[in-house]
Amino acid sequence: MIKLKINGGTIPFEGDPDTPLLWVIRDTAGLKGTKFGCGKGLCGACSIHLDGNVMRSCVLPVSAIANMSITTIEGISVDGSHPVQQAWLKEAVPQCGYCQSGMIMAAVDLLNKNSQPTDADINQSITNICRCGTYPRIRKAIHNASSFKK
Amino acid sequence: MVNNNKTKNYSMAVNRRQFIKLTSGFTFTLALGSIGLKSVAGNAAGREQSLSVWVRIDGSGKITIYNPVAEMGQGSSTALPLILAEELDADWKQVEVENAPINPEIFGHDAIFGKMMMLTVGSFSVSSYFERLRIAGAQARHVLLLNAAENLAVPISELTTADSMVYHRFSGKQLSYADIAKFALVAALPLDIENIKLKPVDQFKLIGKNIPRVDIAGKLNGTAEYSIDVVVPGMKYGMIERSPVNGDSPLSFNAAELLAKKSISAVFAMDHGVAIIGDNIWAVIQARQALEVSWSKGALADNFDSSKAIEQYAALASAAESPTKVISTMGTSAEAAQHVNKNYQADYSVDFVYHAQMEPLNAVASVSTDGQKLDLWVGSQFPSGLRAEAAKLLNINIDNVNLHPCFLGGGFGRRSWHDFGLEAIQMSAVAKAPVKLLWSREDDLKNGAFRPMSLQRISAGVDQQGSLQSWHHRTIGDDFYLTASGAELPFYQIPYKVIDFRKIDIGIRTKHWRGVAHGPNKFAIESFIDEVALGEAADPYQFRRKLLAQSPRPLKVLDKAVSMSPWGSKPSQGRALGLSFAEGFGSLTAGVVEISLDESLGKIRVHRVWLAVDAGIIVQPDNAIRQLEGGIVQAISSVTLESVTFRDGAIQQSNFHDYPVLKMADTPQITISFIQSELPPSGIGEAAIPFIGGAIGNAFAALTGKRLRHLPFTTNRVKTVLNS
Repeated sequence: MIKLKINGGTIPFEGDPDTPLLWVIRDTAGLKGTKFGCGKGLCGACSIHLDGNVMRSCVLPVSAIANMSITTIEGISVDGSHPVQQAWLKEAVPQCGYCQSGMIMAAVDLLNKNSQPTDADINQSITNICRCGTYPRIRKAIHNASSFKK
Repeated sequence: MVNNNKTKNYSMAVNRRQFIKLTSGFTFTLALGSIGLKSVAGNAAGREQSLSVWVRIDGSGKITIYNPVAEMGQGSSTALPLILAEELDADWKQVEVENAPINPEIFGHDAIFGKMMMLTVGSFSVSSYFERLRIAGAQARHVLLLNAAENLAVPISELTTADSMVYHRFSGKQLSYADIAKFALVAALPLDIENIKLKPVDQFKLIGKNIPRVDIAGKLNGTAEYSIDVVVPGMKYGMIERSPVNGDSPLSFNAAELLAKKSISAVFAMDHGVAIIGDNIWAVIQARQALEVSWSKGALADNFDSSKAIEQYAALASAAESPTKVISTMGTSAEAAQHVNKNYQADYSVDFVYHAQMEPLNAVASVSTDGQKLDLWVGSQFPSGLRAEAAKLLNINIDNVNLHPCFLGGGFGRRSWHDFGLEAIQMSAVAKAPVKLLWSREDDLKNGAFRPMSLQRISAGVDQQGSLQSWHHRTIGDDFYLTASGAELPFYQIPYKVIDFRKIDIGIRTKHWRGVAHGPNKFAIESFIDEVALGEAADPYQFRRKLLAQSPRPLKVLDKAVSMSPWGSKPSQGRALGLSFAEGFGSLTAGVVEISLDESLGKIRVHRVWLAVDAGIIVQPDNAIRQLEGGIVQAISSVTLESVTFRDGAIQQSNFHDYPVLKMADTPQITISFIQSELPPSGIGEAAIPFIGGAIGNAFAALTGKRLRHLPFTTNRVKTVLNS
């Protein structure tokens, strides 16, 4: 049995240790905010934080991360008040919204490491796919996010 | 396509005949001799009153308005209720939106097929429901006024409304809508329809005022539920290994080997594939790895090779005798021949393109153990059709089909087919348990239904003054509407025009993609217009101005696009501008793009885009801008990157590594401007798609002197053209 640390709590998992973390988050822990988009680490919809670093959970076997801390979209704030979430709300970023959990996790990671990213920094760090094309609004919201810090 | 360009004076009273025609929901309740108000005795604090089939109000003041359309990111689940709320004079803070029951006779529209459907396609949601929901809101407001007038014992003409309040200006008395809901009576009231007025446009408080979308907060914190997120007790998980070639079937497969695996409970054949059902998704994904299937042969698509197909399309375009559907024709060739001094001809073509919506297709189906009832959770663009097909599939009464509409993680035209919903239902019926059917990304791509490959052959003649006198546009593809929509030229003044279509059968699944054939056709048309203009030593902008001289609305849009961009001034070194005009979905667009080119890589980079749009009244301007930006991103992606290819009928791509789509780093700066208008709203969702292909192709020609005629402009094709 593996015990996973997710959003400050512990979730036991007794299934196949090769199971990608994505499915354990969604179906064992019941946290549906992290999304399945491609299963090959190519789109970023499954992005979470592992010990504070953004990772794509669809290609992480759960056996490899047993002692690490996982944060999902549900865990970055209790009430949507994270500065990035506020910036996303103000800019009305989401359209269909399916990519946005992963996108927000990627943006939070970028801003945790670089509080004033340039456009070039954003281009390099934000490689998640958004088919609705919200990229211009994501860029603007990332630039504005620091003004929402509490 | 429905022409939405009708002008109406919205401050006029709505007459009875219009009212009955436009609000089928009301004819239903009127026939009952009631306008939906129920009589309530005593304390009504907890009771809800239906003001109409669309809206109900409770004693606390909560106003619940139905949303009848699929929410796939276009924001219509906010825009439509707010249209009703506007005429109702509701305080938007009291409004909650609920998905309408799947009842097309009441909540559908007939704008596309003349038959009531709950079908969210064609950029039609706001335009097809606008008038109807305004009337529904005005009607509901009238119900409140009738009751208020009786309660206050004053003439209804002395009452006004604002923000969920009724005011009697002479006495200072007022009633909230919540108050009225508590005592409102059944109408044996004669409904004084003749006097219902719609608001003048300049009095709008919600329409055009950028009301925050009701769905966005949940899409920021992981709580917005898509069908892929639905869980029901006892639910199993399923996937299907489908035929690599469309139309073939499984002949044999190693079911026993998979069934021996723990957690796998069913393995069975369907017409087009092998279904696997198990206790958890990973077990099913793993089991699929061990599946071996032999497939039948003989489907039409078996030998389809997309790299060779265009030659057949071109041959069909040239064939002397072949069934030809004439789409539009004007003038005579004899007359045109008298004036034509020089001829131009070019072929343009487009590859297959995949929807690539971020949520892979899926559905959760729960057929009851007696097989008589169905619950289906699905993100569908056509829920009324799916509900009917589900009832047929199970041979049950449609009243026993509960379709629970979910948010769509992208639609773009793919999700008006029923395949994924019907598959889930079949699997639940076999499993005798609820089943969540999941398509992998590979499944979604390889079993897509694509924007079809098509060929556009345009030939034109100009006179000695360099003006277009004749135009023949022949479209070649596998489906009339998917190939020829957008080929018409409603605005360019050319005396002799023939636009026609020839069909080629290929056996590939094809479908509406965002913009349908407007993207491919406007790419061809706007590239060709530039080719002719340049051949006649004319400026592409001035050449189009002359063609639009008789069409003031399109001309205004073209002029705006040019004036908001640097068109006319010399671009910086290594950059070039391209211009195009396109109409579609009732709207008019014109745009300029600025590109550069890395010749060694063959990579086109779009730096800036300027787009002018005339779409009538814009219900949610900021949201509309986001839709147009998103459309530009998707269009640039399809023009520069995207291609589905076939070998021996099977798709060669499998995931985002070999089917790339545009990302942040390649997204240009976008500036959008609306032409102010009081015409009824027209389509926004697909409006930004058509102009991009021609604009980029024209910019490329300005930069290099060479012409790209085959979408997408992949690096290989760019290099080939540069070297030619």
